[in-house]
Amino acid sequence: MDVVYKRSGALSDVSTTYCPGCSHGTAFKLIAEISEELDIVNKLVFATPIGCTTFSAPFHKFSTFMSAHGRAPANATGFKRCNPKRPVIVYQGDGDCAAIGTGESIHAAARGEAFTVVMANNQVYGMTGGQMAPTTLTGQKTTTTPNGRSVEACGYPIRMAEQIAQLEAPRFVTRQSLHTPKNILQAKAAIKKALELQINEEAYSFVELLCACPTNWAIEPSGIKEYMEKNVIPYFPLGDLKG
Amino acid sequence: MAKAVIDEKFCKGCGLCFTVCGKKLLKAGDKANAKGYYFAVQTEDDKCTACSLCAIICPDAAITVYK
Repeated sequence: MDVVYKRSGALSDVSTTYCPGCSHGTAFKLIAEISEELDIVNKLVFATPIGCTTFSAPFHKFSTFMSAHGRAPANATGFKRCNPKRPVIVYQGDGDCAAIGTGESIHAAARGEAFTVVMANNQVYGMTGGQMAPTTLTGQKTTTTPNGRSVEACGYPIRMAEQIAQLEAPRFVTRQSLHTPKNILQAKAAIKKALELQINEEAYSFVELLCACPTNWAIEPSGIKEYMEKNVIPYFPLGDLKG
Repeated sequence: MAKAVIDEKFCKGCGLCFTVCGKKLLKAGDKANAKGYYFAVQTEDDKCTACSLCAIICPDAAITVYK
């Protein structure tokens, strides 16, 4: 029998500590598969700040460094300028990229630093127990907005990919989702394109991934597809915004 | 003969693979793994077409597909 699909060799032989149905595992799986296809498993550097992403180091075979909350694009700038031949992925959550590290995120993009930012947007602070994030949808219930996020008190959710896309330097900005096999394959193609642009053209690229956090959304994993299509994608439209 | 093999070490029983299998061949098994999750199993593997949708959506990369 031929193997049609198997676990990527760039993932380590350790089960992740993420909740059942969490999209972080899907994103790591895609990055691992792409790194094998591009033959950069030993070169790729995985920069993580704080969030559920912080736990990721044991789950893959890439070199990694961890930054203070929100500061991964700043640390990655220093690393990449000293090691221009190492491909770098900065893997951030939405609270990290769009709230605590907004300054670092925007200015690294404005400078056009030669790395790829993958922002996992699950609309909550997953690691600390599901508090409201800047991307939390209007009306969404979280532990800090038990009656639903109100525009009067909290303003509107931030669309980070659009913020990055209006800058001059970014070469490729896109928003993808991980809720169906089709979307997962499209997301994989987008991350691969972003990495190739980084390697071949020393360009900055930004990939926003709409991720599921069934634990903090308080839904079953089987309801992710319906929740995403009904609530999330109408506010965060999918597709390439630049490049 | 095609089949999907679920590695019980990685599976967390989230059930995303149940939702995408066109032939509805995947279900939660009767046994729990070391973490306490009732991991997925494939029934009637002679109907499997090796489409790999279950493996693509699996967040824990627990599924190997053979053809």
